[in-house]
Amino acid sequence: MSSSLNKNKPLIEVNNLSKLFRVGKGRTLKAVNDVSFFIREGETLGMVGESGCGKSTVGRTLLRLYEPSGGEVKFEGKDIYKLSPSEMKAIRRDMQMIFQDPYASLNPRLTVNDIIGEALDIHNLAKNRTERKARVAELLQLVGLNAEHANRYPHEFSGGQRQRIGIARALAVNPKFIVCDEPISALDVSIQAQVVNLLKELQRKMGLTYLFIAHDLSMVKYISDRVAVMYLGKLVELAESETLYDEPLHPYTRALLSAVPIPDPDSETQKRRIVIKGDLPSAIDPPSGCPFRTRCPLAKEVCAKEMPPLIEHRPGHYAACHFAGEPLPSQEGIVSAG
Amino acid sequence: MKSDNKLRNSSIGQTNAQPLLEVEDLHVSFDVRGGEVQAVRGVNMVINKGEVVGIVGESGCGKSVTAQTLMRLIPSPPSRVKKGSIRFAGEDVLKKSEKEMQQLRGGRMGMIFQDPMTSLNPTMTVGRQITENLIRHRNMSMKEAHKRGVEMLNLVGIPLAETRMKQYPHEFSGGMRQRVMIAIALACDPELLIADEPTTALDVTIQAQILEVMKELRNRLNTSIMLITHDLGIVADVCDKVIVMYAGQVAETGTVHEIFNNPKHPYTQGLLESIPRLDDDKSQPLVPIPGTPPDLIKPPTGCAFAARCKYTMDICTRVDPGLFECSSTQSARCWLNHEMAKEVHA
Repeated sequence: MSSSLNKNKPLIEVNNLSKLFRVGKGRTLKAVNDVSFFIREGETLGMVGESGCGKSTVGRTLLRLYEPSGGEVKFEGKDIYKLSPSEMKAIRRDMQMIFQDPYASLNPRLTVNDIIGEALDIHNLAKNRTERKARVAELLQLVGLNAEHANRYPHEFSGGQRQRIGIARALAVNPKFIVCDEPISALDVSIQAQVVNLLKELQRKMGLTYLFIAHDLSMVKYISDRVAVMYLGKLVELAESETLYDEPLHPYTRALLSAVPIPDPDSETQKRRIVIKGDLPSAIDPPSGCPFRTRCPLAKEVCAKEMPPLIEHRPGHYAACHFAGEPLPSQEGIVSAG
Repeated sequence: MKSDNKLRNSSIGQTNAQPLLEVEDLHVSFDVRGGEVQAVRGVNMVINKGEVVGIVGESGCGKSVTAQTLMRLIPSPPSRVKKGSIRFAGEDVLKKSEKEMQQLRGGRMGMIFQDPMTSLNPTMTVGRQITENLIRHRNMSMKEAHKRGVEMLNLVGIPLAETRMKQYPHEFSGGMRQRVMIAIALACDPELLIADEPTTALDVTIQAQILEVMKELRNRLNTSIMLITHDLGIVADVCDKVIVMYAGQVAETGTVHEIFNNPKHPYTQGLLESIPRLDDDKSQPLVPIPGTPPDLIKPPTGCAFAARCKYTMDICTRVDPGLFECSSTQSARCWLNHEMAKEVHA
């Protein structure tokens, strides 16, 4: 098991990472804006936020699928953005990704054997065809699929099975770190639990480290050791998952958590929900100061002037808010559909 | 329990509940190359006035086909209603001509679709898309319709409604577009609103806003709502009654309290166990439902859920259990509810 892992040693260190996209007319979109965090070996870091908050961009920039606009990412102490293409290729064996859409992320014209085998070919991990076939069969069994299905095409599988193929492909090169970008959001409820249990089991068996990106907060809480909350390209809160869900400090985290409907009619009737106003502002022209101030019930003058830094309020619990932890006004004050 | 139901402003507790929509033994099939897909296999349901009924189930269980058949929106062929009746306010929907249907759709029945990005016309202003309906169904003048359109946008919480009327869908965000969809669906005060996964494409904070709008509409206008979703949290939040569908059939139906506190069908129990809850201790492992739903070209004999069920008995694979009545409001399609089945502790 994970006894050989040092849970306190960071496997990945992200320092002041930024990613800008040019969107024409000289404008830029700050998808990720000066974000710093680390991921320990063998842990699962959950990353949540609304669509467009930059969580997928963080995942992709971490793997150098995007070149960063600033900052550094250290993998086992090495800054991956300084590596040469051949060094990068070697390190890619250690860093893999599982994609959101199991329908779009598998090549429909390749058999499962070739989809998984391709990874082995690129990194020369199989000496000959027999070895390649054996390894693919082993991987399919590992993710709970029948090894005899290796000659089938993706369309012959259900969504949950396809996601298992995606997982097998990521595991083919024996990675240490996997970015799971919304791996279950396209799946049915009863199948989601199957895939999440598989990911947890693989982590236990192989000592994997995950960055688990999702918008389903209850699933993120379930799978993650620590959770990071993003808003408009900024990291606004980071804490152990139990702490984050029990005592969130940032008003955005609190609103986000209270917006999740709980599958219990009795708790729901009694629950006082914080409904925040309005939509996510545009990341091309973000608000001055704190990005959340336009929707925040606590916003005061200072919020428009200064971006609050990410401060460690309690050991291991970081939040970026001038009024972190202050009580929110009663629901009547801020409930509004518009 | 009883008082709870009343609290939720439901017509269930009232004795004079008036049925608005009655579906009886509905069978819908699609003829495809591989054979006949029996998408809906004998669905019964009643929606009373002012009631919010949730329909839950996995993809392919027939929930959207049922909803679209109610509005006769599925082209035939390939679809075909094999059997059954749909009565809306006492009239048989299946016997209506296309012209009569056009009067019904958008008038007395409104529908909200899943994807707000693709269900609005990108070449028409939002104002025209709302007023179109009113001019057609309510014989309003342009001016009256415009006034009503602005009112509707205000109702669903869109600020600066006058300006917004002149804008095109691409100028709206996802949540705002879904509000426009709701405004269009509700402009003619429909008696029944069918919402097919209205919040699935939206973020949780926006979802919370839309759910508030829907709850308020029910309270203010007494609209009946059929809410199709796979999110049990939403069901617990807004619904009075729940219908759980599996493989084209009703697996279980009951009040929201019965379904969540005392589910009688192993599939419902499985659904509730397979989702992690925000207020749960995470040390408990998730309990997935093994396997996948059956192929509806060749539906299994006996209980459709038998192959995935942990309580399967001999009889389950041979004879379809039919719906057992568990209370005046709850019934489940499972042999375990037969008086001869032993008590099972889930």
